[in-house]
Amino acid sequence: MARSDVQLMLDVKAGDEQSFALLLHRYRRPLVNFLYRMVRNREQAEDLAQEVFLRVYRAREDYVPSAKFTTWLFRIATNLALNSVRDNRYQRMEISLDAPVTADAEDGDEKTLDVAEKHPNIEQHLVEDVQRKMIRHAIEKLPEKQRAAVLLHKYQELDYGEISKILDCSESALKSLLFRAYETLRVELAPLVAQRARQ
Amino acid sequence: MSCSRMESKILGYVDGRLKEGERLEMEKHLSTCGACQLRVNEFRSVHALLDELPMIEPSAAFDLRVRARVAAEPAKQSWWAWFTPSPRVAFAASMLLLATVWVGRYSMSDPPQIDQADIPVLENYDVISSFEPLTELSQAEPADNADQQSQDM
Repeated sequence: MARSDVQLMLDVKAGDEQSFALLLHRYRRPLVNFLYRMVRNREQAEDLAQEVFLRVYRAREDYVPSAKFTTWLFRIATNLALNSVRDNRYQRMEISLDAPVTADAEDGDEKTLDVAEKHPNIEQHLVEDVQRKMIRHAIEKLPEKQRAAVLLHKYQELDYGEISKILDCSESALKSLLFRAYETLRVELAPLVAQRARQ
Repeated sequence: MSCSRMESKILGYVDGRLKEGERLEMEKHLSTCGACQLRVNEFRSVHALLDELPMIEPSAAFDLRVRARVAAEPAKQSWWAWFTPSPRVAFAASMLLLATVWVGRYSMSDPPQIDQADIPVLENYDVISSFEPLTELSQAEPADNADQQSQDM
């Protein structure tokens, strides 16, 4: 039977390096994806994910299983991501004074490897590509706390209690935050929403 | 249930996280409110659209980088380790101790020598009290104090 996250972390605390490797294997993908969707830069997302694991490792001696491991893990990740987004925003403001950004270098990151094989109809592939870009940009335009709430709710499938602890707000404030985020997404993605309604 | 109360529960209804009682209450409201029913359908669409974003894979070097950074972490020492000096510190301390002992012994083995002929003179108070340079010194002292006082004024 697979050991729980808490048990693995307690084993890491006891000096078992192999348990840390298991935690790394279990959470590397969700963490990198969460951080990538927060900061919109793959390299930066990986750097931040490494930092999260390093902080978990450094805190092993003081680890007390008072909350779910995922709550702790994503709280570290969210704080790092929010700080990074704020830092990037200031950097972008400085850059935009001299050189406006004209291309989205990150848009190619999520392309599938064998497009021709998976999408025999190239037109359909292009439509899907445009849709994905719209969705990505709609998420990117959300205020960072709303974005974090949507990502934790939708992709990590954490419950309201966990997300409210991660974002340091009450459950009712979180529900209101999520409602406003979904309202914004509904407006931003109105053409796609209408298209789905017709199907 | 009013439409404004729906706001906090609509997402829970869409993703199936409402309690049974809340879900039934919601469905009762939706059966009579077209606007809320439309909102629910639109939120369902948004929820489904978010599924279309593919996941990315961490790079092949990701694990190696994490492990390298973890390996570079200094090992944590217990409080007991504070009492165990490092070899370099222990060596330096023992060298210092050796040097102190050696200097101490060297200086002890060669104390300042007093001429044996001077001892009876030093022990004789009458000789010292009538020693001329010393009497001049005791007379000069009040004069110096007077000069100092006049300067202060």
